[in-house]
Amino acid sequence: MRVVVASGKGGTGKTTLATALAQVAAETQAVRVLDCDVEAPNAALFLHPQWSSGAEVTRPVPRVDAERCTACGRCAEVCRFNALAVVGGAVLVFDDLCHGCGRCTWICPEQAIHEEPLTVGRIEAGWTPEGIDLAQGLLRIGQPMGLPVLRALKHWPPTTESASVSVSARPSPWIEIRDAPPGASCPVVETLRGADAVILVTEPTAFGLHDLRQVVGIVQELGLPAWVVINRDGIGQAPIDAYCAEQGLPIALRLPLERRLAEALARGQSLLAAAPEYRPAIRHLLERLRCEVSGA
Amino acid sequence: MKLAISMAGDTLEAAFDARFGRAPFFVLVDSESGEWTCLPNPALEADGGAGVRAAQFLASQGAQAVVSGAYGPKAWTTLHAAGLRTLLAPEGQDALIGRQLLDQFRAGALRAAEAASHDGHHGG
Repeated sequence: MRVVVASGKGGTGKTTLATALAQVAAETQAVRVLDCDVEAPNAALFLHPQWSSGAEVTRPVPRVDAERCTACGRCAEVCRFNALAVVGGAVLVFDDLCHGCGRCTWICPEQAIHEEPLTVGRIEAGWTPEGIDLAQGLLRIGQPMGLPVLRALKHWPPTTESASVSVSARPSPWIEIRDAPPGASCPVVETLRGADAVILVTEPTAFGLHDLRQVVGIVQELGLPAWVVINRDGIGQAPIDAYCAEQGLPIALRLPLERRLAEALARGQSLLAAAPEYRPAIRHLLERLRCEVSGA
Repeated sequence: MKLAISMAGDTLEAAFDARFGRAPFFVLVDSESGEWTCLPNPALEADGGAGVRAAQFLASQGAQAVVSGAYGPKAWTTLHAAGLRTLLAPEGQDALIGRQLLDQFRAGALRAAEAASHDGHHGG
């Protein structure tokens, strides 16, 4: 079963909940956590893994052989991202704009273009003390696009014969928890793709409700079953309950606003370390997902 | 000299638009004769790289200089590789129309952009 913890709004408690779910799940099953917030991964701050493997993530960018190029302009014409410009008899390549689709390389009548890998980030993976398999993507500073790193993370470890053996050897039931990036943009959609269930963490404020609506739109478009968790219950008056009722979204859990929790989390303690009394509620949420997600 | 001015409307009397890559129109005007034509900006709906696309377009239309309010780094690089002069409209005069900028160009009152004026935007 693949579960995404998303929120729309940053700082709502996605990682708090995702790591708590992972810790509870790890008591009875094999757990894998993917920290999909490649711009600022933070699940490791709460799960304290030992990094044991990793890999660079690259994306292909075009390079032009000036000897062969006739500056015909076909490459710039076919690039829908405007990553190439043919001016003054030469080709300019803007790596930041390139999505690596390969059209320019393919279309060049002189075969003057080849692709080279550009390092855009890395994957780090390891195990936590409680046996959780944790992997995170790290977008390199200055790189504008996180999707290549996110895609590499979702396919971690790279498929090899030994990896496919280890997948089939995973104990059943097996759960993957993806900690989504904030917002409701392409990386969030990519994180949701291929998931079986979604947990939407929100807070009862106007901002929380606004951003919840955005991400609910995506989740419904993708046809994924979703549950809502209200974090910092009591912080505001936004009508989250009414909205959830209207959308048919079950509210699975409420975590009250408590100063001691905020302090513990700020120190890098996990939710369950700071408030073990939430363990039964988190376990109940997990069981509910397991029962209600078909085929899980 | 063939001058391209980024515009909000499609005549020389229309309002200037300070954005380069996302201006709806470019007015292409001969600075000596005053003859002009208006061209819709083909980069207006671009997912990304609007400045790059607009710069290539203007180069292909034979423009030799551009007047706009700001240039992103990729637009600036492309315009310079194409040999176009990049000129800046005076700041703080929001209500300028195309003809006033033409007059200022003729009077030599427009400042050249020495480098990209902002960090650019990322689409998609």
